Amino acid sequence: MSAQDTAPGARRIGLLGRLRESRVFQGLALISPANGYLFFFVVLPLVMVVILSFLSRGAYGNVEYRFNPSNYTRLLDPVYARILVYSLGVGFGTTVITILIGYPLAYYIARSPARQRSTLLFLILVPFWTNFVIRIYAWIMILRGGGLLDSFLQWVGITHQPLGLLYTPTAVMIGMVYEFLPFMVLPLYTSLEKIEEALLEAAADLGAPPWRAFLRVTLPLSVPGMIAGTILVFIPAMGMFVLPDLMGGAKVLLIGNVIRNQFLTARDWPFGAAASMILMIMTLLLTLYYTRRAGFSEDLLV
Amino acid sequence: MPGEYAVELRDVVKRFITPEGRDLDAVNHVTMQIRNGEFFSMLGPSGCGKTTSLRLIAGFEWPTSGDVCIDGVPQGHRPPFLRPVNTVFQSYALFQHMTVYQNVAFGLEMEGASKDEIRKRVGRSLEMVQLTGMDRRHPKQLSGGQQQRVAVARALVKTPSVLLLDEPLGALDLKLRKEMQLELKALQQQLGITFVYVTHDQEEALTMSDRIAVMNQGKVLQMGPAVEIYERPTSRFVAAFIGEANFLDGRVKSLKGENAVVTIPAWGTDLAGLTTADVREGDDVAVSIRPEKVRLTDAPEAAENCLEGIVSTSTYIGSDTHVYLDVRGQRVKVWEQNRTSRLDPRSVYRAGAKAWITLPPENTLILAKE
Repeated sequence: MSAQDTAPGARRIGLLGRLRESRVFQGLALISPANGYLFFFVVLPLVMVVILSFLSRGAYGNVEYRFNPSNYTRLLDPVYARILVYSLGVGFGTTVITILIGYPLAYYIARSPARQRSTLLFLILVPFWTNFVIRIYAWIMILRGGGLLDSFLQWVGITHQPLGLLYTPTAVMIGMVYEFLPFMVLPLYTSLEKIEEALLEAAADLGAPPWRAFLRVTLPLSVPGMIAGTILVFIPAMGMFVLPDLMGGAKVLLIGNVIRNQFLTARDWPFGAAASMILMIMTLLLTLYYTRRAGFSEDLLV
Repeated sequence: MPGEYAVELRDVVKRFITPEGRDLDAVNHVTMQIRNGEFFSMLGPSGCGKTTSLRLIAGFEWPTSGDVCIDGVPQGHRPPFLRPVNTVFQSYALFQHMTVYQNVAFGLEMEGASKDEIRKRVGRSLEMVQLTGMDRRHPKQLSGGQQQRVAVARALVKTPSVLLLDEPLGALDLKLRKEMQLELKALQQQLGITFVYVTHDQEEALTMSDRIAVMNQGKVLQMGPAVEIYERPTSRFVAAFIGEANFLDGRVKSLKGENAVVTIPAWGTDLAGLTTADVREGDDVAVSIRPEKVRLTDAPEAAENCLEGIVSTSTYIGSDTHVYLDVRGQRVKVWEQNRTSRLDPRSVYRAGAKAWITLPPENTLILAKE
């Protein structure tokens, strides 16, 4: 505090004046736009969903204000439990495959000459110019029986019958990986690009052949990018519902589809809200666990 | 069998292609022999090829032609991880995700040393650079000087036959740099390892080195002990780059062994001097004399090369006084040491005063004109 505040005989100030002098109040005032934003767009909707998840569905699909915890117990039903586990599997699979494909890609971009880098990054972003649903339809054209992929494989002579890929879990997986790949590549690129050439030279200088330098230096230093990428891929992948609808036919049901159906088709908002809560809590716990494991223990990858 | 030379560059050329597509010989037919146990410095302005030469020894670059030998063994295209040299990088290049201990242990782990041996040698190495007790810290938690020490310990723990240092003190402040210079020099003498040191700081090179190679534009201009480089530069570039010098244009009038008489057209007189390079009678040459070698008096001396001038400015800087004179239209700088109290200054220090300068022939150097 400045000397003025503590000086004896300082002029008397009112309540407002004293508030203005207060460090705590100054701090609160400064962060109030951010706090307001968080309150109206995060806390408030969340509280509404939590309340909703404990209410009951009325006879006509309306919400009745009657306490009803059975929304959560219903989720233990094997039908929903299986969907939940399957969704976890899809989210996990998407994340792993995007890492496997995205890592070499990000590495290649990060190690290309600076002038090519921006072009390559630009190419990664080009698909976003087209609406997501339209791109999914493009994949349907490619994967459907007698579609582009089938025709090509048969023309080359690798296969002789249609593969029947569309409307299978494989098709959903292809679509998911396609959709989320850029979200893995970009953060990975950012952390790979930050690794100084001198660090790899130092590793080589100390006797590390390239593969050991990669495992001991490059890989651990790209972990932050991998964590960011995983969060960006895993969380939305868990809640995805458009893609399984379009590419999985009616056969592939993820937790995202269940929630969507409860709100729009079955008109059971409380149950949909409960499913949303469970999905959110699950992803939150998994992400927390994952970041703790990967972020605070460097021995993990050495 | 280890030869006499720790490192040898044999007619090495390193050609790069600039972004504009032109060829650039960063290292242009360089030959140098670095002796075992020697503190050898490569000194030059940025872009002179000193760092590229160091990288050629380390194996980060391969020569376009010529060869690099380490301990008498031609290295060819051998990658850095197979060479018996270690490097201290300009940026230190410490592994930020590892502790100090892990950083230093890295090289030993690559050798496949046992846990016990690693612990022993890392401990000894950290002790050598006075970092005992810091092993659990991360590089970010250390000061610049401490990071520098970790980089040295990490390279020395492998007991290389040659340690390469690429401007290792560039990022430190002046006081710390001076301390580290002495420490590195002491370390080198204690270990007896060959140090190859790259710097653009002439004072640093003079302080630490047994021998110095002065480089410019990819070539070695002069190689020798500090005294020789400073007292007997063979080219104008070396004389100008290391320390300060007065330069005059002249033409060789007569030559007798190393002693020469040079006509200075600007002064209309002849000067007696010493040749350090190959010159012949009638050649256009540069005459160079260090400011501290010029004698300054308030009366003419009965000696060769004595001229009259007028003091234009005089600056007191504590240990010395820097006097600038106008001598027949040429500016001459003279560093006078303040051996006695300057509270009662001599008249030659006053601006506008008449003064006489004497250029001792043994310090008046006649250099090839570039």
